[in-house]
Amino acid sequence: MGLVLNEDEALLQDTAEGFFADKAPVKELRALRDNRDELGFSQALWKEMAEMGFTGVLIEEEYGGVDMGFMAAGIVSEQMGRNLSASPFLSTAILAATAIREGGSDEQKLSWLPKIASGEAIISLALDEGAKHNPDNITAKAERSGNGFKLNGSKAMVIDGHVADAFIVAAKTGSKEEGTETTSLFLVDPKSNGISTERTIMLDSRNSARVDFDEVEISGDALIGNIGDGEHILKKVLNAGRAAVSAELLGAGSQAFESTIAYIKERKQFGKIIGEFQALQHRASHLYSEIENARSAVMAALTALDKNDDNSENICAMAKAKLGSVAKLASQEGVQMHGGVGMTDEYDIGLFMKRIRVLQELFGDASYHMNKVALSNKY
Amino acid sequence: MTNLKTFSLEVRAWLEENCPDEMRQPITSDKDICWGGRDWKFQSKSQKIWMELMAKKGWTVPTWPIEYGGAGLSRAEEMIIKKEMKRIGARSPLDSFGIWMLGPALLKFGTEEQKKEHLPPVARGEIRWCQGYSEPSAGSDLASLATKCEDMGNHFIVNGQKVWTSYADKADWIFCLVRTDNSGKKHHGISFVLFDMKTPGVEPKPIKLISGRSPFCETFFKDVRVEKKNLVGVQDKGWDVAKYLLTHEREMIGGQHEVAGSLTRPLHELAATVLGLDNGKLSDIMLRAKIAETEIDEWAFSMTLTRKLAEAKAGSSLGADSSMLKYYGTELNKRKYELMMDATGHDGLEWESERSSDGKLARTWLRTKGNSIEGGTSEVQLNIISKHILQLPGA
Ligand SMILES: Cc1cc2nc3c(=O)[nH]c(=O)nc-3n(C[C@H](O)[C@H](O)[C@H](O)COP(=O)(O)OP(=O)(O)OC[C@H]3O[C@@H](n4cnc5c(N)ncnc54)[C@H](O)[C@@H]3O)c2cc1C
Ligand SMILES: Cc1cc2nc3c(=O)[nH]c(=O)nc-3n(C[C@H](O)[C@H](O)[C@H](O)COP(=O)(O)OP(=O)(O)OC[C@H]3O[C@@H](n4cnc5c(N)ncnc54)[C@H](O)[C@@H]3O)c2cc1C
Repeated sequence: MGLVLNEDEALLQDTAEGFFADKAPVKELRALRDNRDELGFSQALWKEMAEMGFTGVLIEEEYGGVDMGFMAAGIVSEQMGRNLSASPFLSTAILAATAIREGGSDEQKLSWLPKIASGEAIISLALDEGAKHNPDNITAKAERSGNGFKLNGSKAMVIDGHVADAFIVAAKTGSKEEGTETTSLFLVDPKSNGISTERTIMLDSRNSARVDFDEVEISGDALIGNIGDGEHILKKVLNAGRAAVSAELLGAGSQAFESTIAYIKERKQFGKIIGEFQALQHRASHLYSEIENARSAVMAALTALDKNDDNSENICAMAKAKLGSVAKLASQEGVQMHGGVGMTDEYDIGLFMKRIRVLQELFGDASYHMNKVALSNKY
Repeated sequence: MTNLKTFSLEVRAWLEENCPDEMRQPITSDKDICWGGRDWKFQSKSQKIWMELMAKKGWTVPTWPIEYGGAGLSRAEEMIIKKEMKRIGARSPLDSFGIWMLGPALLKFGTEEQKKEHLPPVARGEIRWCQGYSEPSAGSDLASLATKCEDMGNHFIVNGQKVWTSYADKADWIFCLVRTDNSGKKHHGISFVLFDMKTPGVEPKPIKLISGRSPFCETFFKDVRVEKKNLVGVQDKGWDVAKYLLTHEREMIGGQHEVAGSLTRPLHELAATVLGLDNGKLSDIMLRAKIAETEIDEWAFSMTLTRKLAEAKAGSSLGADSSMLKYYGTELNKRKYELMMDATGHDGLEWESERSSDGKLARTWLRTKGNSIEGGTSEVQLNIISKHILQLPGA
């Protein structure tokens, strides 16, 4: 069925659960934040994730990966969500690995995939430009110039862009007037002339960048696939990204929920444990139901990707919409049920609310995906 | 896995060959649902043939053992049958309280004789059952029920009243909760008994509902004689049977929405037909957003149903998760019908007209309000989740 974990997956889940709880619990994120860490994540953790095979979860064995598929990738994401573990897993092991795997030339695969799998390279996707996710409205432009291209444009929300060894840039190629305009993807060296990168520390203490490209010269072999392949490759990349972010939202939302339940079983007011009040019980039980549905949605999306289902894009959109709403509800109810302490930095629940706020925005929020689902059903 | 694949091909071929065309049409009225029973009047020849063919294969109750009228299949196989039926839009051959509720309870708590006597007629659609649980003073607090059952040595005598007994006026037999002892705590002293609705002293009186229909009754018992062999489980310990039966009832009500959903048009299609599109988008954009949200929730919930059934073993109960399915499925169904009423506007308000099939939608909309009451209210389900799943104190 795919909605129940098989033995390998159950084993991986146990391993990942122990690994992140042990190596990258919430207090590690606090330390990175409080020390204003240069990278915003632990390089040592990233290396260990590589040793565990996590970084190569979507990479074929011939390029040094373990090629375990999307359900496995989702299992890792979920556990990172539970612990708010900071790492370039999403940018590099999910998005970049999928882009290069789906569209890269043999040379590109050979030069990047083994480095992703071994934890040596960090690659960031430079896609979105404005305040909201909008992959249909790219304005960055790559014009033919000699044997290569000249790139102009501004990108925002480039996850891990401040430490990337390469960018995967989505830009328009061809000419609008002549009706040949399409989207293409390029592997670009961040140290190239004309690139300026501003690290943007986000509210979840994780890092993105704003990247400006001003007359950046790039060679012809930087192109991923052919001219115009961008749209098709991006579809795959975004499906993978949306499913992985949904899985991380599931982890973060579940953890926020469970710690709230634990809290209302301890806290006393009016001479009673506050968990005895039906006003809280019913909201908690509603949330339990929603989280069960959220889990089903995530598993269905990951399964669709593993099966290469024709309807994957729509299923991933539904999952992202559902998870955006449910995880948000879990964090908001969590803070509320914690009362005053929920507002303090000392308690973790606020950190979960921040991470969930970021994740629900990435690659389209619930409204974006509801619209997408409606359009794909022709209404 | 390969076994299931072959099985699904076999099922597909058999259904293609045997399911009458008429039984593949969407359900448009109550008469399209086959309840069976002594007095059942088949709405058409196809309805009769379809029920009989399926009963012969044991597929009216696929997971029941063969000796009791089932096909002895696993949950996974049962799901395949459902999926293949859904694929061709096949109607359920037989729906009944015997299948959904009494069957599972007898399989777990009944004696060999009780199973042999009562299960095959349920599977074949020969006997129709009703549920005598609720009383005027025992609704959500079901265990406070008071219908009196006196032990007369070789038989029992029952006196009292039930209420909201669905189809009591059409049912052949009743499974009934009665009080055999009121000296202890309320959960003790309840017994689960079976009797024929034709027994002298049984009198159902239909109650008219907001939908204008009368599908349920007040049911009165005056000196009703019940044989001892018709006591299910242990005397005074009927609450265990009652609770177990409820988990099956709740699972059924929660899942019903999905089944019904697959046989009716998607919400967005209905809305698009009535309201039209504007640049490829439903012209009422506020309603459009609500529909999209609801349809995504429906999808996620149907995945949960599939997942929970895949996790459970054949014939087993989902336990407290049946309360989650019941709560969420019924609330979702109500949301959906609210949106259908929004989408159909003035048309949906017609109560007596051919155009509206005499207010079919409006009446169904009203009926859905009962979904979150019957089988235990939404609030009661949330209490059960709080207590048994979240283990919150005092729940
Ligand atoms: C920003 C901020 C500013 C504040 N400023 C001040 C100030 O200036 N001076 C001051 O004295 N205080 C101040 N407070 C404290 C504030 O009044 C308390 O936080 C508030 O009364 C809740 O109490 P609590 O934090 O102990 O939560 P708790 O009482 O522990 O509540 C925890 C959760 O249980 C719920 N709950 C509790 N009892 C029941 C019940 N009987 N039925 C149902 N649910 C229940 C609550 O609604 C909440 O969701 C401030 C708090 C905040 C967040
Ligand atoms: C369509 C339909 C079909 C039915 N079919 C049958 C049948 O075939 N056989 C049968 O025996 N019964 C049947 N019933 C009865 C049904 O089981 C009861 O109506 C139901 O259990 C609620 O009981 P009540 O009506 O007495 O409401 P009450 O228990 O009086 O509830 C009134 C309100 O109070 C709330 N409430 C009660 N207790 C609590 C609590 N502890 N915490 C929070 N809120 C609470 C309820 O949720 C509800 O909103 C049917 C009902 C309907 C609507």
